[in-house]
Amino acid sequence: MNQWEELQQAAFSKRVSRRDFMRRATALGISTALATGVLSRAGYAQEPKKGGTFKIGLGHGATTDSLDPATYPDQMTGTVGWGATGNSLTEMDTAGNIVGDLAESFEPSADAKQWVFKLRNGVTFHNGKTVTANDVVQSYLHHMGKDSKSAAKSILESVEEIKADGDNVVFKLKGGNADFPFYASDYHLKIMPAKDGGGADWESGIGTGPYAIEKFDPGVGAKLKRNDNFYGKAYFDEVEVKVIVDVAARTNALTSGEIHFMDRCDLKTVNLLKKNPDINVTEVTGYGHYIFVMNVTQAPFDNPDVRNALKNAIDRDEIAKKVFHGYATAGNDNPIAPSVQYAINPEPIHTYNPELVKELLKKAGMEGLTVDLSVSDAAFSGAVDAGTLFKESAAKAGININVIREASDSYWDAVWLKKPFVASYWNGRPTCDWMFTTAYAAEAAWNDTFWKNPRFNELLVAARSETDSAKRGTMYAEMQQLLHDDGGLINIVFNNYVSAHSKAVAHGDLLSNWDVDGMKIASRWWMA
Amino acid sequence: MHPIARTILQRLGLGLLTLFIVSIVIFSLVSWLPGDFAKAILGQAATEETVAAFQKEIGLDKPPVQRYVEWIGNVVQGEFGSSFASRVGYKRTVAELIAPRLANTLFLASLTAAIAVPLALALGILAALYRNSLFDRIVNSVTLTTISMPEFFMAYLLMLFLSVKLRWLPGLASVDAETELLERITRCALPALTLTLVIVAHMMRMTRAAIINLLASPYIEMARLKGMSKSRVILRHALPNAWAPIVNVVAFNLAYLVVGVVVVEAVFTYPGIGQLMVDAVTTRDIPVVQACALIFAATYIMLNLTADIISIATNPRLLHPR
Repeated sequence: MNQWEELQQAAFSKRVSRRDFMRRATALGISTALATGVLSRAGYAQEPKKGGTFKIGLGHGATTDSLDPATYPDQMTGTVGWGATGNSLTEMDTAGNIVGDLAESFEPSADAKQWVFKLRNGVTFHNGKTVTANDVVQSYLHHMGKDSKSAAKSILESVEEIKADGDNVVFKLKGGNADFPFYASDYHLKIMPAKDGGGADWESGIGTGPYAIEKFDPGVGAKLKRNDNFYGKAYFDEVEVKVIVDVAARTNALTSGEIHFMDRCDLKTVNLLKKNPDINVTEVTGYGHYIFVMNVTQAPFDNPDVRNALKNAIDRDEIAKKVFHGYATAGNDNPIAPSVQYAINPEPIHTYNPELVKELLKKAGMEGLTVDLSVSDAAFSGAVDAGTLFKESAAKAGININVIREASDSYWDAVWLKKPFVASYWNGRPTCDWMFTTAYAAEAAWNDTFWKNPRFNELLVAARSETDSAKRGTMYAEMQQLLHDDGGLINIVFNNYVSAHSKAVAHGDLLSNWDVDGMKIASRWWMA
Repeated sequence: MHPIARTILQRLGLGLLTLFIVSIVIFSLVSWLPGDFAKAILGQAATEETVAAFQKEIGLDKPPVQRYVEWIGNVVQGEFGSSFASRVGYKRTVAELIAPRLANTLFLASLTAAIAVPLALALGILAALYRNSLFDRIVNSVTLTTISMPEFFMAYLLMLFLSVKLRWLPGLASVDAETELLERITRCALPALTLTLVIVAHMMRMTRAAIINLLASPYIEMARLKGMSKSRVILRHALPNAWAPIVNVVAFNLAYLVVGVVVVEAVFTYPGIGQLMVDAVTTRDIPVVQACALIFAATYIMLNLTADIISIATNPRLLHPR
């Protein structure tokens, strides 16, 4: 075997880096075109290059959007205001680890009650001002305090004190929290310039990110320009974000070449899109899940056997296939996504089992059970269909489900947290603690199952400050099992983020913490 | 006072009264919408505390009558207030939100009207002139087909062929204040074409019917017997008397171009006022919803008024009702 063949084999088994391969190929006198051809066949990502205007079409955005990170509702503001133009102290990597972003490093105290974030040196805002610890403090205070309307308020509730200490920012927490750096990666916690006399300047949209805002037109779009002083990567010269709410219009814009990327493909027609030779469809399993929630304080859901009967009366595979066209993974009544650290898949796996349902109903003395299920596509797209399929499968197992279609526009107001059995969704959270604290802790504002399990809540506090990873793992496993066996949650599916892009642009591994490549698409993609 | 001036004044007064009643209706209906803005904008993530803080900030804690009086008082002075999307240190007035959107909608409406109205009138007159001929039948069936299709379907068809397949015209009508006139027209071409196809049938058929109706009258018979040419009979004698119904249907369709183009705007992502209103309804941005509704009502009233005045002015008999 000659050297060139050997080198090719090394490439196909990914034993050499792209750079090494190219260097050695050149040394062997192989032409660049041939060498790159081998690389792309071997599945190496393309080497990013600079230049071009990236046009993104997003299915979100309203005239009420603003650059105030406290009120970022979705991908549009998140992608523009945070992912492209701002940074948090930390960020997630593609493997789901937490790494420093504006913070160079972060250290907990032994009991994890105090966290010290050391800022990266010499980072400047778009207006040239150097980032100081005071900017970080003011940016965090923007979300805290009594009158805050921030979506990040609840995750900062545990912060007792935050102060600047030279290049460091010190967080004192009310209780130990080994996961605190994960919170710091939230897209609401963008670092903004501090104003003279206190407060953070969000109005100008100035951040530290790879792009600076040239124009922001709420409900219409945004124009961004590369920030050449950025400390990380940024390949495009310009990025344009367009709000295209109508999915057919978004698809057309992509196929006719007016945009390079669209999020939220229409699952019914995505197969047609896949046939287009100029277009790639990507699919990412994130933390998001679509659920039915039972209020465990109300009859008949206060009976664990009834809850278990319902958990086994739903045919998740059928729903994943028929409603989500296969772009979803069947859930197992555990809100922790498989890619999250410490996730387990609790036994027994809940599947459609009419015999077991009948047995459980008999045990509970509830044969011929009838329940009302409130659904609306406001909960998640496909909720009404999922409810109908649930009704069919449950009927065969002896449960009569009345599917009630509720009005979409007041769903979160009048139905969710009010009616006993409803459809809902979570975008998920990157850590067990975050997810549990948000929705399953006894006192959580959004505890939509009203489940108050003493053992679970005891473990939640203990695990939070436990710095021994193995011990935390055991605790979180027990909690997931408790929730799976006893909780009021029916996790139908983990939903996938399905996006499509033109082959004129290229990307590396995709982030799974949020949609649109973790909302950091602008800095992570490049022109092919 | 000249009878026409008197009529105009009367109608104007009536229009203002209607507008006043409409404003009460709008305000009540909007107040009865389920859910509220604070919760809608804060989404699933809203807690009681944050909602209360928000409501206080935007004045939703006041009683409805007080809010109505304050609102209408300001509107009379041309002040539509601030959008609920405003924050401390970041004021977004309803006027500055609506102005560019209204301008966009009016641009699209004028572009469409400039194509559709002459086209419809010409087709209508020709169809009446060559009644029951092959031309008449083709025009009738084509326009009937286009009006019978849902407009979003029409829009998708045009988009599929002219934009995706042939790539002649852009499928996204995203324009902004800096867009050059020529590019603006190109970007608006597909939406304008869609709207034209949707409204032409109505106006064309009304023109044809009105003229044919008149062709049976004795004075037309007389004109014909005098040996006048067919086209002269229609243009000189029939058309002036046919204006009333035609103008009415034209006004109706023009009003539709302003208030009813939401679907077309959504399909082509055109930043017009219809989209703004839908947006505002979903996010419960009440000041914007109310202002849009009021503008829509005013458009209808004004265009109807104009149609009435034109019909009266072209038909002296209507000036002196018995």
